[in-house]
Amino acid sequence: MRYRFDAEDGNNAFITIVRDAEYKEGGVLSGIPVAVKDNISTKGIPTTCGSKILEGYVPPYDAHAVAMIKEAGAVIVGKTNMDEFGMGTTTENSAYFPTTNPCDRTCVPGGSSGGSAAAIASDMVPMALGSDTGGSIRCPAAFCGIVGLKPTYGRVSRFGLIAYSNSLEQIGPMAKNVTDVSKLMEVISKPDIYDSTAYNRPYVHTPSAQIKGKKIAVPKEYFGEGVDDKVADCVRGAISKLEEMGAEIIDCSIPSMKYALAAYYVTCTSEASSNLSRFDGVRFGPKVEMKRSWHDEYRDYRGERFGEEVQRRILLGTFALSAGYYGKYYAKAQVARSNIRNDFLRVLNEADLIAGPTMPNTAFKIGEKSSNPLEMYLADILTVPANLAGVPAISVPCGKVGGMPVGLQIIGRHFDEESVVDAAFAYEQEVN
Amino acid sequence: MSDSNSGCGCGCGDGKGCAGAAKPSEKDVKDLKVIIGLEIHCQLNTKTKLFCGCSADFRDDAPNTHVCPICLGLPGALPKLNKQAVIYALKVAKALNLEISEVSEFSRKNYFYPDLPKGYQISQYDKPIALRGKMTVDDDEGHEKVIRITRIHLEEDPGRLVHKISRDRAGYTLVDYNRSSIPLIEIVTEPDLSSPKEARRFLNKLRATLEYLDVFDGEKEGSIRVDANISLEGHNRVECKNISSYKGVEKALTFEITRQRNLIRRGQEIVQETRHFLEGRGITTGSRSKEDENDYRYFPEPDLKPLRVKDWADKIELPELPDAKRERFMSQYKISVNHAKTLVGDIKVADFYEGILKNPAISKETELAATWVCDTLLGELYYRDMKIDAVPRECFADLVALLKDKKVTDKVAVDVLRAMLDDIHEGRKCAMPSETVEKSGLGKGSDDEFTEIIKKVVAANPQAVADYHSGKGNAINFIVGQIMKETKGRADPKSLNKLIVDYIASME
Ligand SMILES: [Zn+2]
Repeated sequence: MRYRFDAEDGNNAFITIVRDAEYKEGGVLSGIPVAVKDNISTKGIPTTCGSKILEGYVPPYDAHAVAMIKEAGAVIVGKTNMDEFGMGTTTENSAYFPTTNPCDRTCVPGGSSGGSAAAIASDMVPMALGSDTGGSIRCPAAFCGIVGLKPTYGRVSRFGLIAYSNSLEQIGPMAKNVTDVSKLMEVISKPDIYDSTAYNRPYVHTPSAQIKGKKIAVPKEYFGEGVDDKVADCVRGAISKLEEMGAEIIDCSIPSMKYALAAYYVTCTSEASSNLSRFDGVRFGPKVEMKRSWHDEYRDYRGERFGEEVQRRILLGTFALSAGYYGKYYAKAQVARSNIRNDFLRVLNEADLIAGPTMPNTAFKIGEKSSNPLEMYLADILTVPANLAGVPAISVPCGKVGGMPVGLQIIGRHFDEESVVDAAFAYEQEVN
Repeated sequence: MSDSNSGCGCGCGDGKGCAGAAKPSEKDVKDLKVIIGLEIHCQLNTKTKLFCGCSADFRDDAPNTHVCPICLGLPGALPKLNKQAVIYALKVAKALNLEISEVSEFSRKNYFYPDLPKGYQISQYDKPIALRGKMTVDDDEGHEKVIRITRIHLEEDPGRLVHKISRDRAGYTLVDYNRSSIPLIEIVTEPDLSSPKEARRFLNKLRATLEYLDVFDGEKEGSIRVDANISLEGHNRVECKNISSYKGVEKALTFEITRQRNLIRRGQEIVQETRHFLEGRGITTGSRSKEDENDYRYFPEPDLKPLRVKDWADKIELPELPDAKRERFMSQYKISVNHAKTLVGDIKVADFYEGILKNPAISKETELAATWVCDTLLGELYYRDMKIDAVPRECFADLVALLKDKKVTDKVAVDVLRAMLDDIHEGRKCAMPSETVEKSGLGKGSDDEFTEIIKKVVAANPQAVADYHSGKGNAINFIVGQIMKETKGRADPKSLNKLIVDYIASME
């Protein structure tokens, strides 16, 4: 079937729009326009990762998640803007243009899946695929006032997701509401033998608003230093609502959180430095005439075509893996990571879920943080722990502060997206 | 540092060796023990590549026809481990008596090169699939010695660069990714080898073992690549990279030993370095630039799970390996140790030998068959650069049968064999030796027939007969030679000798 996609892109949500698309009728997503983040391979549709180094690259194959949504009848209407290779929290690091926040166009939509979130929040599409390495689905979901789920590591195949940090990231669903997130999750979690790190644990679930008797742990670190007071109050209000609905709220602590950012940035930059080595101009991306030694050509090609943040992270990661520093940085980060995982397992042994804010604040003004990478990294503090622990986490809108949306983050046990989705659904039903 | 312009390496700036290093005596230099360790990369002959479903049988096909998103390293593609390759590696590990690791792990070896599609090679680093094994080899005196194997690991081959010259004479380079992700095992030995010949014997035996296991085809171009570490006792170690043939290993090592001995003779220190072997010129050269030095930044491959395959290894049943086959051949066929070693040195030769013995006409002629395979056939094949599989077993068995029945002399048998191999080599059908002998009348003649010829030759050479009578015993050899010519080698020289002597005696 043919589909005419006419929605206007007032927030620069898309890098590529497919105005005339085809789809297969009959599945659970039949005829639904779905946007796909531009780091997820789509056969025949340019896929740039928001980078000039992949300008003009058209993948010859579909990512598993894309193949699954096509099979379910979805219409791929375009590829959404993102921080280059997913490296950012605002979508300002796109090599093409920044995306604006549909709630306030002077603000960023969050990142790195900012284009997908903006496309949903501006009603261009009801649902979209994002990817989450350290919060890249949940942050823009929170900033734009939509729902976004980062699945358990291994529940959705990464095949076709252009790697930034393989051991942390997952493709995940984003939508206006929990029901659609759940529906999209069901489609993309179909098993895939081509991702060796994926498990055969398909998600088959219809959200239920029943949370009576569920134990929800609230870590004090999620309301600590750096978290905006008004955001904290807003989220506390949402958690009280869950308590009123019959959930049992308990206090807890995740002491290893203080190492989370360091562990996260060492791990993701290390993996990125290796993943991004393949962008050398030899096989794909913009055509180059290589007339000098390959060594000189590679250096200049990469130097010219990778953005500043990407180069910064490649350098950091290369350093962290270097002889003599590996033990000090990469190996240490893995120890910290396993401590964080153990802390989460401990808390989730006592409680069914963990709740807190998704982001320490509401959406920044465009340009507000872009000059200070370190300050930008700090904004990820509440989202990276779920990636380090590999557990599922959802962000669901829970009110506004100063007119901008706030996200409630609910984290669950490994492969228990069902409980996470149910809690978010219960909250959503209650407040709407 | 190059050979022609060698400084002493200690930084004193003296080209002829400095006061700090005393020149050792010639005897000391000659007696320095040679210490060699090898790193051997072998392509496993699996059906598909190590991390994707592309066919690994690419050698006859056009460039870049055995490729897919995975082996091209396209963005987003993930490796999917080929179980067959793991099982092949485990077979080798078992055959070489290694301990299979409870948990092993793939790591990324990061470096840039245009033939490396991902910018890293998926290899194994600190957790290889197997550790600590051994294989025996004959030393230069023929005594068996044990070579310890440090480790075996699995890794993927990169693509291949093809350098071309365009019409305007400018060079350019193309990349062929057909080879990309072909499975390799790297076998690392301890520095237990003591001579270039021993190293070559080790490689030959290793190759034989891998072929017994049916995991490797040594005849495929580029299927083996060797890096050799070599030092003279008490001196620095040099790594020789890029050796891609069995002969090359011996050559490179011999060259290095001479080079290192000469430096030591001049009182110069060996620089610890990586050198490249230039196969065409038979020499090694030092690396020129620091750019060749890599910090590979190994880290665990996040796209693959750790391997827990010890129980796979337990289920593998190994075939009979060269040492066991040699023992069996000696006891079952009562052949000499040297023949047994030669036969089992290549599974195709061993199979050929046992194959011809299946022929009831010669099944008891184990020694005769071994002699003719080892001492004649292999040499004739080598001379023609032919493989033993090209020889029809029934033809060779027929030839052995003719010898057994003394229907041909050794000389005629060799001639028939040569004609047979030439026929095969030049694409003609090869006839059964018994038919060839029949047709061309090359069969051993009867004594009566020879007596007639002797009469003729003796009558034509009275001088030789006179010489014989005057006590010149070797005058008979002249007559034998003449008769051999006349009979085209159909006569057996020993019995001929006797016939002649008897005949001359009867003339008196
Ligand atoms: Zn392939």
